[in-house]
Amino acid sequence: MVVPSLKLQDLIEEIRGAKTQAQEREVIQKECAHIRASFRDGDPVHRHRQLAKLLYVHMLGYPAHFGQMECLKLIASSRFTDKRVGYLGAMLLLDERHDAHLLITNSIKNDLSQGIQPVQGLALCTLSTMGSAEMCRDLAPEVEKLLLQPSPYVRKKAILTAVHMIRKVPELSSVFLPPCAQLLHERHHGILLGTITLITELCERSPAALRHFRKVVPQLVHILRTLVTMGYSTEHSISGVSDPFLQVQILRLLRILGRNHEESSETMNDLLAQVATNTDTSRNAGNAVLFETVLTIMDIRSAAGLRVLAVNILGRFLLNSDRNIRYVALTSLLRLVQSDHSAVQRHRPTVVECLRETDASLSRRALELSLALVNSSNVRAMMQELQAFLESCPPDLRADCASGILLAAERFAPTKRWHIDTILHVLTTAGTHVRDDAVANLTQLIGGAQELHAYSVRRLYNALAEDISQQPLVQVAAWCIGEYGDLLLAGNCEEIEPLQVDEEEVLALLEKVLQSHMSLPATRGYALTALMKLSTRLCGDNNRIRQVVSIYGSCLDVELQQRAVEYDTLFRKYDHMRAAILEKMPLVERDGPQADEEAKESKEAAQLSEAAPVPTEPQASQLLDLLDLLDGASGDVQHPPPLDPSPGGALIHLLDLPCVPPPPAPIPDLKVFEREGVQLNLSFIRPPENPALLLITVTATNFSEGDVTHFICQAAVPKSLQLQLQAPSGNTVPARGGLPITQLFRILNPNKAPLRLKLRLTYDHFHQSVQEIFEVNNLPVESWQ
Amino acid sequence: MQFMLLFSRQGKLRLQKWYVPLSDKEKKKITRELVQTVLARKPKMCSFLEWRDLKIVYKRYASLYFCCAIEDQDNELITLEIIHRYVELLDKYFGSVCELDIIFNFEKAYFILDEFLLGGEVQETSKKNVLKAIEQADLLQESQNEEWGGLSEDIL
Repeated sequence: MVVPSLKLQDLIEEIRGAKTQAQEREVIQKECAHIRASFRDGDPVHRHRQLAKLLYVHMLGYPAHFGQMECLKLIASSRFTDKRVGYLGAMLLLDERHDAHLLITNSIKNDLSQGIQPVQGLALCTLSTMGSAEMCRDLAPEVEKLLLQPSPYVRKKAILTAVHMIRKVPELSSVFLPPCAQLLHERHHGILLGTITLITELCERSPAALRHFRKVVPQLVHILRTLVTMGYSTEHSISGVSDPFLQVQILRLLRILGRNHEESSETMNDLLAQVATNTDTSRNAGNAVLFETVLTIMDIRSAAGLRVLAVNILGRFLLNSDRNIRYVALTSLLRLVQSDHSAVQRHRPTVVECLRETDASLSRRALELSLALVNSSNVRAMMQELQAFLESCPPDLRADCASGILLAAERFAPTKRWHIDTILHVLTTAGTHVRDDAVANLTQLIGGAQELHAYSVRRLYNALAEDISQQPLVQVAAWCIGEYGDLLLAGNCEEIEPLQVDEEEVLALLEKVLQSHMSLPATRGYALTALMKLSTRLCGDNNRIRQVVSIYGSCLDVELQQRAVEYDTLFRKYDHMRAAILEKMPLVERDGPQADEEAKESKEAAQLSEAAPVPTEPQASQLLDLLDLLDGASGDVQHPPPLDPSPGGALIHLLDLPCVPPPPAPIPDLKVFEREGVQLNLSFIRPPENPALLLITVTATNFSEGDVTHFICQAAVPKSLQLQLQAPSGNTVPARGGLPITQLFRILNPNKAPLRLKLRLTYDHFHQSVQEIFEVNNLPVESWQ
Repeated sequence: MQFMLLFSRQGKLRLQKWYVPLSDKEKKKITRELVQTVLARKPKMCSFLEWRDLKIVYKRYASLYFCCAIEDQDNELITLEIIHRYVELLDKYFGSVCELDIIFNFEKAYFILDEFLLGGEVQETSKKNVLKAIEQADLLQESQNEEWGGLSEDIL
């Protein structure tokens, strides 16, 4: 006596009744055993029920692969019940990865041609959901036949199946393009919608198809106009808007056809204006249509007045009480801010208001848009808003806000003092979130503003005295105090209240930084060097400083130890040189792009190197050069020791001695890598005084829409060459041409062996991990000969 | 549309319709992560979020989250209408639909969806036509079963 199998709903009930995960597993395993047995026995009557139960447990996450063959059997059955469940099973359990999927091709072929509409519907649905390229190729003729069959039910499905087929097998476009013209004359909304979707797909894939379909623009305009003026039809309308799904699809196709094409754009101009002004915006359906209209207007060659209308609609969207509408408005305005800057500017106050949004995804968009709207005339007002935002914004936006403010400040600062103040404010408010190059930028800026040295050092001193935890701020302050300590002690500065600072206080503060557990190794390096510099700036005796320096001579941190030992040596053996060596920094010339300069500066400031060489090695070689310098030419005592992390300490400058012959012709740059908008460039320098040395600057740029993060570049050269990598300027390249990453490679090639270079890149882009390993081809011979 | 997921407030999947080919493992991973992300959203937040390189449109109806993944060029607002239309269809079919209906009749929920969307695109914009199609299919199913006779009324 066969035990009757459990009904689907009873099984569901039982599973839901399970009190624990273990109990549920037990019930399901028991039932699956029954189902497996039933499949083995080949019971045709209850097969559909068994598979349905299996599909249910599959949704709960349990394995169901043993049901795959049963799907085939059910699809082949003549009973509609069987087919219904069988096809559903195929869509859920089979896909192109399983060879089994091809076995349903024949069944589908039969079902497509046997004329019972619901069955044809099932077959088409399955084909368009999981049809692989092979299946599509096989069944294209059947689907083509169904396009012109009388029944709209089948036709509309056939059309969308054709869309899927073209996505899988683009060559099938030639099969499905011809029927489109005729289909466009249909009145049935489902058929029209499918046809327009099909035409859109064809046009997106082939410029020839695009040109071909431009001639239907008037017809599309007519269809849309009829739709809009037709009046209320209960069947297809939503909240008084006639078939918004169809409207949106037509508008999207018009966008594609009108793009970069004057004539088409002109044909649709009036209609777009009509839709833009007449669509009811009280509910989401109307706004959806309006939104698509705006996108189309902005993308085609529309009249100026129409563009302004579109931007104003977006501006109105910004004031809508519906959060979703505000979101799409912000996203769209962001896309338009480059091309229609002045139009978007008009909505600046509203955009700034959106900074106060509680929803983080909205305030993030508002932030991006606000930053894009900053220009020289509104910079003061905008910065005020943005700085206020920085103080209260959610933590994950802090970093972007801080760097955005700093970037905007750099581009549009009205005065240097304002600029310094702004950076200072950012460092105190969000110090831990600023990017690595902010420190270098600020020191460069301050260094260049001679009239503001006293002001800067005073303000930084005050800030430091209050809080020594924000590392970038501490680093800049330490550097400044080191450089301009004499101005600090001089006491007079008209711009802020006079402050009497005495030497002991200054030294005590720097020592505090040095000893604080909150200070990073880099920061302590800054502090130590600053102390050293003060030995020449202050009037008192240097015992205190000498003491600190000698204590750190046995510090566990190798970097600090090295510095301390060298400074100590400076005191003891080369005291006569000390004043000259510790003179004020000359301003580094900004000869190349800003990024390169900052990259070099921050390289000096950064501690870690990505490459194998031991970190002390660069220091050792720099020390060697220092001693050479002291023994050798007198003309370069103006340059400070390379150990100083301040700008201009790059080795290249040191070697740029005045008596060398003019440099040879520059070696051309080389683009070595490109992927999805991310590029890597190499530029080569052979310093004339050292023919064995090759300096390669690697620059990573990003013109895509997504940020590149966690960027690491590693390199390898043949054994006869020596390679040293210095620390990169950073690990992130923001999207759309954001600040590039630069990194310096030093290659020693004394034997003039042919240069070969292998690179390994790893980074995150578009939420994927990218790894690329490749050898650089076409290295210029000038780089090693 | 790339896929649509329905899940409860406890993160239990009630329906999954995938319009792109992915392995079971990938589907599970995506489902798990996305469910987590959406459930973490606060009630007052907007219905759109960016996740990996997709746009996610979601809306909560009673105890069920309806979640769609669309592509960059797709219109978010109309996707909200798609979700709403689907809910209306379910409502009309089941008569005041609730989560239990979708749990116990999940295959019906799929059938209804397959009459509204095809290959990730809208195939029929008339509510009436969609419901009529389902009705025809149900009738065909029943009439065939009557031919066989001898079976209990509950087909599944």
